[in-house]
Amino acid sequence: MNLRPAGERALLVEVDDLETVHRLHAALRTLDHPGVTELVPGYRTLLVVADPTHAGTLDELAAALPTLELPPAEAVAGDPVEIPVRYDGEDLDEVAHLTGLDAGEVVRRHTAPEYTVAFLGFSPGFPYLVGLDPALEVPRRDTPRTSIPAGSVGLAGTQTGIYPSASPGGWRLIGRTEVTLFDPARDPPALLAPGGRLRFTVAG
Amino acid sequence: MTGGPVGGRGSILVRQPGLLTTVQDLGRPGLAHLGVPTGGAVDRRAFALANRLVGNPAGAAALEITVAGPELELETGGWVALTGGRAEATLDGRPFPMDVAVRTSAGQVLAVGQLTSGLRAYLAMRGGIAVDPVLGSRATDTLAGLGPPPLASGARLPVGDQAPGDPFQQVAPTPGVDPEPLLRAVRGPRDDLFTDDALATLIATAWTVSSDSDRTGIRLEGPALERRHQVELASEGMAEGSLQVPPDGHPILFLANHPTTGGYPVIAVVAGPDLPLAAQSRPGTRLRFRFVPVEAARDAAAGAGA
Repeated sequence: MNLRPAGERALLVEVDDLETVHRLHAALRTLDHPGVTELVPGYRTLLVVADPTHAGTLDELAAALPTLELPPAEAVAGDPVEIPVRYDGEDLDEVAHLTGLDAGEVVRRHTAPEYTVAFLGFSPGFPYLVGLDPALEVPRRDTPRTSIPAGSVGLAGTQTGIYPSASPGGWRLIGRTEVTLFDPARDPPALLAPGGRLRFTVAG
Repeated sequence: MTGGPVGGRGSILVRQPGLLTTVQDLGRPGLAHLGVPTGGAVDRRAFALANRLVGNPAGAAALEITVAGPELELETGGWVALTGGRAEATLDGRPFPMDVAVRTSAGQVLAVGQLTSGLRAYLAMRGGIAVDPVLGSRATDTLAGLGPPPLASGARLPVGDQAPGDPFQQVAPTPGVDPEPLLRAVRGPRDDLFTDDALATLIATAWTVSSDSDRTGIRLEGPALERRHQVELASEGMAEGSLQVPPDGHPILFLANHPTTGGYPVIAVVAGPDLPLAAQSRPGTRLRFRFVPVEAARDAAAGAGA
């Protein structure tokens, strides 16, 4: 575990792998230190942001971290969330062509794994997923679309994801889901959480 | 924030919205792990002063005015204060002072003109702007699109119940806007990815604030900061004040409405008490940085109560 200051209000905790990020996130949420305002997971890091009026918060945490007991990975993940997808995206045929697979095989390989939600970012509720079949890795579009409808499911490099709200983007679209990923009126507002699991299914 | 005024007994009619006028409070802390930026007022100091002057709680919503201000009909009147970047303002055509609480009457028209220095002014009204909160905040998030839209002509803003009596502190002289601010910064968290030359260049350069700057961040024009390693950084959480360096080498200083995560390394993070100086820097302003130890930045933050 490597601690890097990120200004006087935050500490970037670097760990070995994503699983440890999620276990550390869970442990610090349980600890519920009154001086902590944000815990932001990344692929290999957890950013701990403190309230500057709670002097000493980051020093206390830095001292506690090396011996902090982390919950087991299974306890952190929870049940997988199912995302039903209509696989009729505009770029599905192009993805099939680029990968040398037929469209049915693209869908089969996209629905096969159980993905891990590495973290949420880019926009509220937007999941960064790990677990994509390497056979489905395709480059981004050369020209990003100016508007992609909410619920679009796409591929870009090693990533697959779902757009929670309409936005511009360069991902190759393979389908669309009716599931609402982010709703400010809901509690919690995001359907997914860092460390959670996700499965894509073919919408019936 | 939650628990604030929701009665909406008073109101303000927007006659002209100004260039970009938004409702702001202290934002949405605690939701960054869901991809929700904190947001809120970018010059927290001027925002806090405006609320304090009219006797509002610290988290009451006020208006953040950018470059050129709005024309507002104060339909119900009450205590008003204008702080932050210097603005020429009038109340019913007569000069309206800054950094002081002014008692207005129903129907008076407050017109805030061009800002003569600084970039953002804050207008607080006793009772607070009482639009419906979203995720515990009334702030307009200009990055994620949460909260009320920016002010538009003809819109009517509800104002919360005004507590009886007068505010305690009615005048607060503030120093003028520094034309060439020197900002304290703590090295890291990814300073080790940059060359020694890049670190020296960061503090030796007078960086120019680009016109391509907003509530999310300030783009800085100057020499390119070179990396020691061209390894791709795995995306990680970003703190307010981060100086993030994209592949072109030109740093971006993240303000309150910054994205929660980013994939480019952060060479240094500006100390919280100096962020209001950045928030008031208009395009063309020259910004300088100096490194301070994290302990010094922490002491400064404790002293500033920010």
